[in-house]
Amino acid sequence: MDQPKSNSRRTVIGAAGAAGALSAIGFPAIVRSQPDAVRLGHLTPLTGFLGPLGEYAVLGVKLAVDEINAAGGITGRKVELIAEDSVNPQTASTKAERLIERDKVVAIVGEISSASGLAIAQVAQRNKILFFNTGCNSDELRGKSCNRYMFHTEAANSMYVGAAGQALLRDGLVKGKKWYSVTADYAFGHDLLKVAKRFMQANGGTFAADELVATNVTDFSPYLLKIRNAKPDLVVSNLAGAQIGNFMKQYMEFGLPFPVAGFGFDTAIAWGVGKGNVTGIWPLVWDSQVKSATAQRFTEAFTKKYGKPPENQAWGDYLSTKHLAQAMNDIKSTDSTKVAEHMEKGARFDVLKTREGYYRAWDHQLMQQMYTITFKPEAQVKDKWDLFSLSAPVPADNQSLEVIAPTREENPCTMPA
Amino acid sequence: MLTQIFEQVLNGLLAGAYYLLIALGLSLIFSLGGLVNLAHGAFYALGAYFAVIVAERLGLGFAGAAIASPIAVALIGLVIERFLFRRFYHEDPALGLLLTFGLAMVAEQSLRWVFGAAPIPFSIPSALKGQIFIGDFIYSKYRFVMLAVAAAAVAALWVLLQRTPFGRVVRAGVQNPDMVAALGISLKPYMASIVALSVGLAALAGVLLAPISGVHPAMGAEILTAAFVVVVIGGLGSFWGVVWAALIVGVVRGLTVYFLPPAADASMYLLMLLVLLIRPRGLSGERIERFE
Repeated sequence: MDQPKSNSRRTVIGAAGAAGALSAIGFPAIVRSQPDAVRLGHLTPLTGFLGPLGEYAVLGVKLAVDEINAAGGITGRKVELIAEDSVNPQTASTKAERLIERDKVVAIVGEISSASGLAIAQVAQRNKILFFNTGCNSDELRGKSCNRYMFHTEAANSMYVGAAGQALLRDGLVKGKKWYSVTADYAFGHDLLKVAKRFMQANGGTFAADELVATNVTDFSPYLLKIRNAKPDLVVSNLAGAQIGNFMKQYMEFGLPFPVAGFGFDTAIAWGVGKGNVTGIWPLVWDSQVKSATAQRFTEAFTKKYGKPPENQAWGDYLSTKHLAQAMNDIKSTDSTKVAEHMEKGARFDVLKTREGYYRAWDHQLMQQMYTITFKPEAQVKDKWDLFSLSAPVPADNQSLEVIAPTREENPCTMPA
Repeated sequence: MLTQIFEQVLNGLLAGAYYLLIALGLSLIFSLGGLVNLAHGAFYALGAYFAVIVAERLGLGFAGAAIASPIAVALIGLVIERFLFRRFYHEDPALGLLLTFGLAMVAEQSLRWVFGAAPIPFSIPSALKGQIFIGDFIYSKYRFVMLAVAAAAVAALWVLLQRTPFGRVVRAGVQNPDMVAALGISLKPYMASIVALSVGLAALAGVLLAPISGVHPAMGAEILTAAFVVVVIGGLGSFWGVVWAALIVGVVRGLTVYFLPPAADASMYLLMLLVLLIRPRGLSGERIERFE
């Protein structure tokens, strides 16, 4: 064997860095250009721990664009979708810039990571282009980081905590109880921890411990050993994406006896974990079990097109796109500033639930009902899509939609233009 | 407190054993071929996906998957070695990096294409569910079984490398390929076997970890960085160096989670930095002429 031309241990060390970079490369979609079309940008993570959700987001937005085009497009022009992997905040920012400047999109829809969502929002605001957030939960995006051009179809952390919190109060898991929380160590998790802590303290609970977990952790065994020794009254997950699935699987593997709840959840994760591997009380923004005519129509169209039922992320991107098209058609303009003004006047929208929703003028949050889910015992599970039952909507039908949303005092937004 | 620390140390040793199956293969391919295999994680992911197919779609159960999946992946490794890797052993290492980096991306995207981005459910076999009680130490039964399988695989690899004629040629090839060639031994079939063996071990790790960490396209990229860190800490060309490094990384991570949870992820990189400062060749890396 000949000598390799040059080689050193440095190669291996460099390779370790390159291996880390592997996960940070995205795969752009192929762009076909049509003259005179209304271009719509879609950014969402398709790789990494939020990738499983991003896949549904893309299915949702594609279905919405198909339906919009079948119904005559936006202001009579065909809609052309440019969808890309947002990867991480830096890449998301660059791609948002490119979508706006090179591709001249009329709006950007999507995102799941609150950190990337903030990056896109800043680019969109600078260019006065609408950004519809379909999956970032951080209250901060509606508060300190709010802006005129960002609208939130996804519910805020406060709304998730409000929904799951009601079930926890009902089951007596808050007052005088010790919580052990594990929190995703990035923008979303930090924000959620703050909101969860506010709820817990307001209702007389305390922390046995609250721990931050890096988003690339897959082996939770050291954390589970600590939880077992701490003997909390409730284990709380403030995790996101695939980590929720891993945490729950391993929680069940270790056979820990404490009740579990979480303040963020996605159905695709439960499907990926399978029956008998998740338990506890979780909040959910939408599910195909919702009893409304439009929800059923969406579920049928989605299932027909893709051969599997939709979940909450597909709902978010589908709904945002439909709302955007509806608003643009209502005012017969694709101008972002005019659309924003129209939305702020309190336009009502069908949200595929039993009550209509509206984007609140002062923080642009979609006011809507939430749900909580309870996992079924293994014996009652019918098929791989049927893992949990859905609660009645929160807030209840006789309550204002705003009771679980953050207040102006909790989450002030000055709405810079 | 002391028993809790002891518990974390023990758990860390077990966790380290999982890195080992991947790190050993990486180290072997680099030591003998001079190729840094960035696609090693892809073989790990492939192992997990094949396990789902074998165990659930073909109905051969978990044990069937643990045997069939690594063999299938090893065969794929043979093909890739013959048509791709072999051309790059004597080239600039940057080319090998590009090749394997590209291969890893192609593999990950293909998995996403065929199976979707969403994780695929794959549960611990029901016979292995539950806990084992050893005095005060309670532990998952499945992880003990995993450890036993991993330990057996590593022991078998050691015997193969240290106690057989095959292993003697491989070790000689690592130290001085020219001398081996001068003796009239072609390293080509040995290199092919080492690649097949190494990716087969990675696939075995994929099967074992699938029920714990989920089966999804990015699982390979997820574990590869940790495996590289283990190889660098352990030192090239050293079997036991890699073994020690894997166990130390596992324990250090467990203890950091106990004392300073937010730093858990950074701990293994700090450890690598320290080791490289004190011992640039890693814990027990041998002096290999052609890599100096």
